[in-house]
Amino acid sequence: MTKSPASVEFRSVTKRYGSVTAVDDISFTIEPGSLVTLLGPSGCGKTTTLRLIAGLEMASSGRILIGGKDVTRLSAAERDVSMVFQSYALFPHLSVLENVAYGPTVQGLPKHRAREMALEKLALVGLQGLERRSPSELSGGQQQRVAVARALVLEPQVLLFDEPLSNLDAKLRRRVRDDIRELQKRLNLTVAYVTHDQEEALAVSDRIIVMSDGRIAQSGTPRQLYEEPANLFVADFIGDANLVDGVVVEERGERALVRIDGITIEVPRRGAGLGPVRLAVRPTAVLLQRTGPGRQAVEGRIAKAAYLGKHAEYLVASPMGELFAIDRADGPLLEEGAPVWISLADREVAIVPSAEG
Amino acid sequence: MTPSGRAWLLLGLIGYAILPWHLADLAPLANRYPAGEAGSGLGRALFGGAWWLLPIAAGLAVATVPVVARLDRDKAAAWLVAGGGFGLALLVVQGFVIGHNGWTTAWLAAWFGAPGPRQGGLGFGAALTALALLMLLCQGLADRGWCRGDAFVVSAIGLVVALIGLFVFFPVLRILVSAFQDNAGQFSFSEFAAKVLDRSIWGLDCLTSSLRCGVAWNTLFLAVLVGVGTTALGLAFALIATRTGFRYKGALRVLTVLPIITPPFVIGLALILLFGRSGALSALLYEWFDIPRSRWIYGLPGVLIAQLLAFTPIAFLVLIGVVQGISPSLEEASQTLRASRWTTFRTVSLPLMRPGLANAFLLGFVESMADFGNPLVLGGNFEVLSTKIFFAVVGAAHDQGRAAVLSLVLLGFTLAAFWVQYAWLGKRVYTTVTGKGDSGLLLPLPRRVAWLCYATAIPWAVFTFVVYAVILVGGFVRSMGRDYTPTLEHFLTGFRIEAGRHGLFLSGSAWDSFIATLKVAAMAAPLTAVIGLLTAYLMSRQSFAGRRAFEFGTMLSFAIPGTVVGVSYILAFNVPPVEITGTAFILVMCFVFRNMPVAVRSGIATLSQIDKSLDEASLTLGARSFATVRRVILPLLRPAVVASLVYSFVRAMTAVSAVIFLVSAEYNMATTYIVGRVEAGEFGLAIAYSCVLIVVMLIAILMIQLLVGERRLGRRTAPAPVGNVAVQAAG
Ligand SMILES: Nc1ncnc2c1ncn2[C@@H]1O[C@H](COP(=O)(O)OP(=O)(O)O)[C@@H](O)[C@H]1O
Ligand SMILES: [Mg+2]
Repeated sequence: MTKSPASVEFRSVTKRYGSVTAVDDISFTIEPGSLVTLLGPSGCGKTTTLRLIAGLEMASSGRILIGGKDVTRLSAAERDVSMVFQSYALFPHLSVLENVAYGPTVQGLPKHRAREMALEKLALVGLQGLERRSPSELSGGQQQRVAVARALVLEPQVLLFDEPLSNLDAKLRRRVRDDIRELQKRLNLTVAYVTHDQEEALAVSDRIIVMSDGRIAQSGTPRQLYEEPANLFVADFIGDANLVDGVVVEERGERALVRIDGITIEVPRRGAGLGPVRLAVRPTAVLLQRTGPGRQAVEGRIAKAAYLGKHAEYLVASPMGELFAIDRADGPLLEEGAPVWISLADREVAIVPSAEG
Repeated sequence: MTPSGRAWLLLGLIGYAILPWHLADLAPLANRYPAGEAGSGLGRALFGGAWWLLPIAAGLAVATVPVVARLDRDKAAAWLVAGGGFGLALLVVQGFVIGHNGWTTAWLAAWFGAPGPRQGGLGFGAALTALALLMLLCQGLADRGWCRGDAFVVSAIGLVVALIGLFVFFPVLRILVSAFQDNAGQFSFSEFAAKVLDRSIWGLDCLTSSLRCGVAWNTLFLAVLVGVGTTALGLAFALIATRTGFRYKGALRVLTVLPIITPPFVIGLALILLFGRSGALSALLYEWFDIPRSRWIYGLPGVLIAQLLAFTPIAFLVLIGVVQGISPSLEEASQTLRASRWTTFRTVSLPLMRPGLANAFLLGFVESMADFGNPLVLGGNFEVLSTKIFFAVVGAAHDQGRAAVLSLVLLGFTLAAFWVQYAWLGKRVYTTVTGKGDSGLLLPLPRRVAWLCYATAIPWAVFTFVVYAVILVGGFVRSMGRDYTPTLEHFLTGFRIEAGRHGLFLSGSAWDSFIATLKVAAMAAPLTAVIGLLTAYLMSRQSFAGRRAFEFGTMLSFAIPGTVVGVSYILAFNVPPVEITGTAFILVMCFVFRNMPVAVRSGIATLSQIDKSLDEASLTLGARSFATVRRVILPLLRPAVVASLVYSFVRAMTAVSAVIFLVSAEYNMATTYIVGRVEAGEFGLAIAYSCVLIVVMLIAILMIQLLVGERRLGRRTAPAPVGNVAVQAAG
């Protein structure tokens, strides 16, 4: 009798707190059974968006639909949505089992039934045997799993996570992240997931909605965002980009020939016409060579170098400006101050549409 | 429409169509129901000539539309808002414009002809209808998305706002109005000015002649003395408790709890028994030193001593926090700069305590102004505002207008004091607390300061214990000061139980008031806790328009001295529409709204420690606000529940000032009964009764703690010190 996952749809939703507009006229759709991340810097309105879905805040204008049904005016208790809070929000006066059984209990289910459902979900998150503990007697990771079990127990149409990893140590983060993704796929859940960490977002999401100042900067699959950033903000926010100026010198159908200083490369055109454009150059697309170039290159100098085990990071002074480069080659480390030849790979360089910035 | 909406609608219809609309005797029901005096709203409107009740039916009818017709949520909500709002407004307006003697305002009488229709106070039917209409209105507003669509929250706000409006703002407004009215009921500013500036209030004759000064100056003078005295004594105690190796600190603790459960005038009573003309000490002084017995204790000295005894513990509680809060590292810093202990104390510690001292002073000042019991018992010819107000109402003159004016003067003083405290101290009080874990040692007192402290505090502590010993002993001897034969006579007079023909019956003279007091306190305490904590929940967890006014209203009732409350309640509730003087209900409501601020404060303090996302987690799990409050918030709020139950129960048992205006033959309260005994000179009975009250309160406190229980929080626990809450509230 598992319920089928539901879609979530925002139609021109705005949320104001007095004079502050936390969420500004946003529209999006989360497909049933997909995991969508709300990504953006702190204060951009992610949490507010999530709380709007949950019904913990009421939209100032616009409509919110869950599973095709208008829920704009429904209170949190009336929506079939659960949330895992940043602080977990486990009830300190209840045991782990009572915490998880809380949902079915307040729904008026008989005690034994509530208990059964709770035990089932505790087993699902791998917490058998800890039912009788008080939440304060669990580690951070365990508390988080209790919070997930509690949110899952009513098999909600939509599950929400607000920065679920922020209270965990770095090692644990990766594992919990994978656990959440696995659970979501296995149970075929619709999940909205808030984070400010772009790496986390790229790793877990089906789609990402990048927010900035209460608006949607871009939404799409992780790959689309990385390869075709819609604007400078997204290009910069996702996967570090060097923003450089170039000139489109020739249109070749869907592609364009762009000259950046002395280098000419071919990249997807993305609607740009002849003339100056801005480009996002990923750090891995900046190729550094000690010796004279076999292809087009400009000359630069290493300003800073850091060896990070699997790769090396450089800050390179060049005619294009200061470039951030990542070198995966296992040659010897380039020294600070050393002259280098810079060339660009034609993948991982994208024209950024200039409509907005 | 939700089931609860339907239920309210049904209750509204019952209230309107079936229950008696007005307050009336139900005894010979047959000929007065449904159209007569005891008739229902509908009955009276249709067959009893009370046409003005008919439009209220329209409100109910409009609210019924969503039940009958199938409407979408928004439309249904609009009907509810319209019906509820319209009906409620009509109900209130008709209640206020049509009174016992026809139209209540001159211009209505002029327009429609005097005297116009008449009616008595609203009764059960009207009350239920009003409540139902209010709830329907709130339901509608919630459905329109107010407060996140949460009907419980909107209803709670509506209810609390209505109650505060009725029992706090409305009475204060009545005082204002009647202060501005002349004897004929006309508005007159000149008369008001004349009354306020009257010589008996502001006269300065005592400076130039042997005549008495105005009562305002008396009050002010006394309050300043008490403020200074309690602050000095409280500081001495606080320094001893924290900065010396004094061995009997436990005894100091007792000293802080005792006054909380001591009815305020009991201290005055003990003073009479010690220093009165036939007092125990007076007798000793006469026999040993030939010092003639006199009445010196009646008047300023007596009141001053009694208030110092009663309010020093409050200053102590405030100051001990301040003294402890001074970061030792500041003092250590001073010492490392080669300042002596005395210099350090004078230049660092004392200035840091300044805000605390000012706070303690203001508390003593306000408490002294509001105190009624001690001036009544000990005042003699020395009059203060609170007693003067009392005699203006109950005395031969029976001048309510004058009482209102005096009340305004007193209210002005206390509000000014609160304002000063709020505006000036509010920001500074905590500057001495750094919030960091200070590891330094508290500096011991310089020797001369320590001696000074001991010299003031120890005699005073001894004196306090003597006073309480008198209270203990006085009930068990025939007559303090004259005849020390042990006896249970006083207890028997008050609390005799006899075996009569129909079994046991309570023949003691105190039983009636004792049982009435227990009943009222037992009703008031849970109500205070419920309304207070609900208010705390709304203020700390919900945001809505007008929250500041809401907050102000709850705190206002704390700043109003009891006597003023008493007068205002008489003025407000002696006439329709809410005619409840002489009932137990008015006593209960009076206690609820006087003591509510403490419940609010302790609730807010506790709630602020509880993460808001706990409520939200519960909401997203499908629990509505009410279930959330019951299952999550209430269990975590236990310390605040205990604190507010204890405080309101104790205050309901010990208060005199407001209730002395509101008691009736049927509902006499213990305290007013005791005051009566004191005035009649039956000290033994009065003391014995006070002992019983103190014991009952101790038992009640223990029982409340047992019943409500501790809060389970895994490892952590947070005890709730009742004394601190009381002081917080007063501060
Ligand atoms: N209850 C509130 N009252 C006023 N402003 C708020 C409230 N909640 C959030 N905001 C404001 O709305 C904006 C977005 O907040 P939030 O959604 O919490 O950001 P994020 O989760 O992306 O960090 C911020 O500028 C914040 O200050
Ligand atoms: Mg956030």
